Amino acid sequence: MNSALRNDFRPDEETIARLRDRAQFVRLETIRLIEIAKVGHYTSVFSAAEIFAALYYDVMRLSDDPKWADRDRFLMGKGHAAVGLFPILADLGYLPVDVLNGYTRFGNPLGDHPDMRKVPGVDFSSGSIGHALSNGLGMALAGRMQGRSFTTFVMLGDGEMQEGQVWEAAIGAAHHKLNRLVAIVDRNGYQLDGAVDDVMGIEPLDEKWRAFGWEVHVVDGHDIAELTAALRRAKADEARTRPCCIIARTLKGKGVSYMETEPGWHLGYLDPSDADAARAEILSKVI
Amino acid sequence: MSQALARPQSPNSWHYRELNQKNPGLDHLSNGLISLVEAGHPVMAGSADLQYSNGLNRFAARYPDRYVGFGISEQNMVSAAAGIATTGMMPYVATFASFLGLLTCEQIRMDVAYCALPVRLIGHHTGISMGFYGTSHHATEDIGTMRSIADLTVVSPADGPQLEAAIRASIDHDRPIYFRTGRGREPDLYDPKADFVFGKAIEHARGEELTIIACGLPVHPAVQVAERLNAAGRSVGVIDMATVKPIDRDAVLEAAARSKLLMTIEEHNIIGGLGAAVAEVLADEGVGKRLIRHGIHDEYALIAPPTHLYAHYKLDAKGIEELVLKAIG
Repeated sequence: MNSALRNDFRPDEETIARLRDRAQFVRLETIRLIEIAKVGHYTSVFSAAEIFAALYYDVMRLSDDPKWADRDRFLMGKGHAAVGLFPILADLGYLPVDVLNGYTRFGNPLGDHPDMRKVPGVDFSSGSIGHALSNGLGMALAGRMQGRSFTTFVMLGDGEMQEGQVWEAAIGAAHHKLNRLVAIVDRNGYQLDGAVDDVMGIEPLDEKWRAFGWEVHVVDGHDIAELTAALRRAKADEARTRPCCIIARTLKGKGVSYMETEPGWHLGYLDPSDADAARAEILSKVI
Repeated sequence: MSQALARPQSPNSWHYRELNQKNPGLDHLSNGLISLVEAGHPVMAGSADLQYSNGLNRFAARYPDRYVGFGISEQNMVSAAAGIATTGMMPYVATFASFLGLLTCEQIRMDVAYCALPVRLIGHHTGISMGFYGTSHHATEDIGTMRSIADLTVVSPADGPQLEAAIRASIDHDRPIYFRTGRGREPDLYDPKADFVFGKAIEHARGEELTIIACGLPVHPAVQVAERLNAAGRSVGVIDMATVKPIDRDAVLEAAARSKLLMTIEEHNIIGGLGAAVAEVLADEGVGKRLIRHGIHDEYALIAPPTHLYAHYKLDAKGIEELVLKAIG
């Protein structure tokens, strides 16, 4: 993206402050909800908190009706970060707060992974890594068949790049020139068994997506202004004839210092005393 | 100097894009879908590089804006069909049953059935109908895999006309469906204009000595066998269990009450398929009736032309008659 375009889509200072606040809200709510479940994916949400905030509080076209046919869609290949999405759905009024507060408890619709049958505002269920880009491709195809103008955003994990189905969808989306399909890769560098580069390397990632026929932008996934501008542009660029991939360079666990350096925090639990300290650290920082 | 020929000279020569003429039974797939579009329904069709094998090329030519070619990406196709179905459209996606029933099993469970989306999956060239193409192209497990997925209706039409009737009826069915169909060379048994009712078995004959419960390709030869034997004074019944799931329990129990013996016949492993489904009903209800399960007996089929395989595995009329006579003495 050249600097002129970046400036065209750059959010103003008030928006930047608001989005930072919402990203912080996502991190704080994630800590609170995982205290209920007593296990959860803190760091998978923390790397994506700015992505959630930019999409739901700025970029996506939404309405009070979570089933509105012309709404923009959001799908998560990395469904285990759903604990970061649920507070947003409650904040937007799609989900009662008392349901949110029963996260993972017996019979509650909210589990570790998002379920479109049970949770208003979830555009597609996930949990089996590798399906979501295909699901989004289908939505984008159907949107075109119906003459609708919604944009479908699909957030993918970087470990997810190891799934073959992702590349089936990547080929298909480029072939069908799905310019209203946007993939966002949360390139936080880690998966369950360790660093992505050690477990099963995926670089050069930008060149791969380009070779598959996508327009590619690499951004700092925690720079809310740069990230939001890239997402706004991906949605607004009517002239583009290709799908768009935004590779968001992020830190797994961003916001809580010890989580940023210990990959084991992919899954874990913070005792309430540690949770308080983590909250305090998040509140003390501007990301 | 050799002369370049515009086309082969013999009328017996043919190429892939002329398959419609060889597999007329599969014309019914496009026929059914075309009639749904003509009636104003928001249906679309997709295939994974097999539009000439399943005949969807006819639908694609008629309604190019309602057809999506997915290339050789079956898993992507199934997941994308689920995405399409979220928007109010009804996708019908087709590929070989061997790939739908096994390769895309997880996408069908997670994206289609669990999400309760009205996706229609058409697994064609099922069973051993691919003959000498070999085990990779045989589907003798797909009833078993699909039947064990919650909320998925499983239909195994006996011929093209019944497939067409079921496709047309599916527009009023709000659940996901797996259609398991042959390669389109079966002689017709049904009328495509007949009503198809999901979950309702079709009784062709009643018999006290034995009732055959079949689905798919073996239904037609089973009907012929019963007609022949009954004309000779025997008493053999035939039920077409075209909807394998949900199974018509009443039809199974009535047959068990009427006949001394039951025999299931399917172009599928005898484990996990129709025979297993019938056995479950009998066991559930405490009916102590002998059930002979016939099909592929837990093995991989040989290499041969399909008709030779049907003879070898006793899935043609001659083989079925032999098994029935052996059972009833």
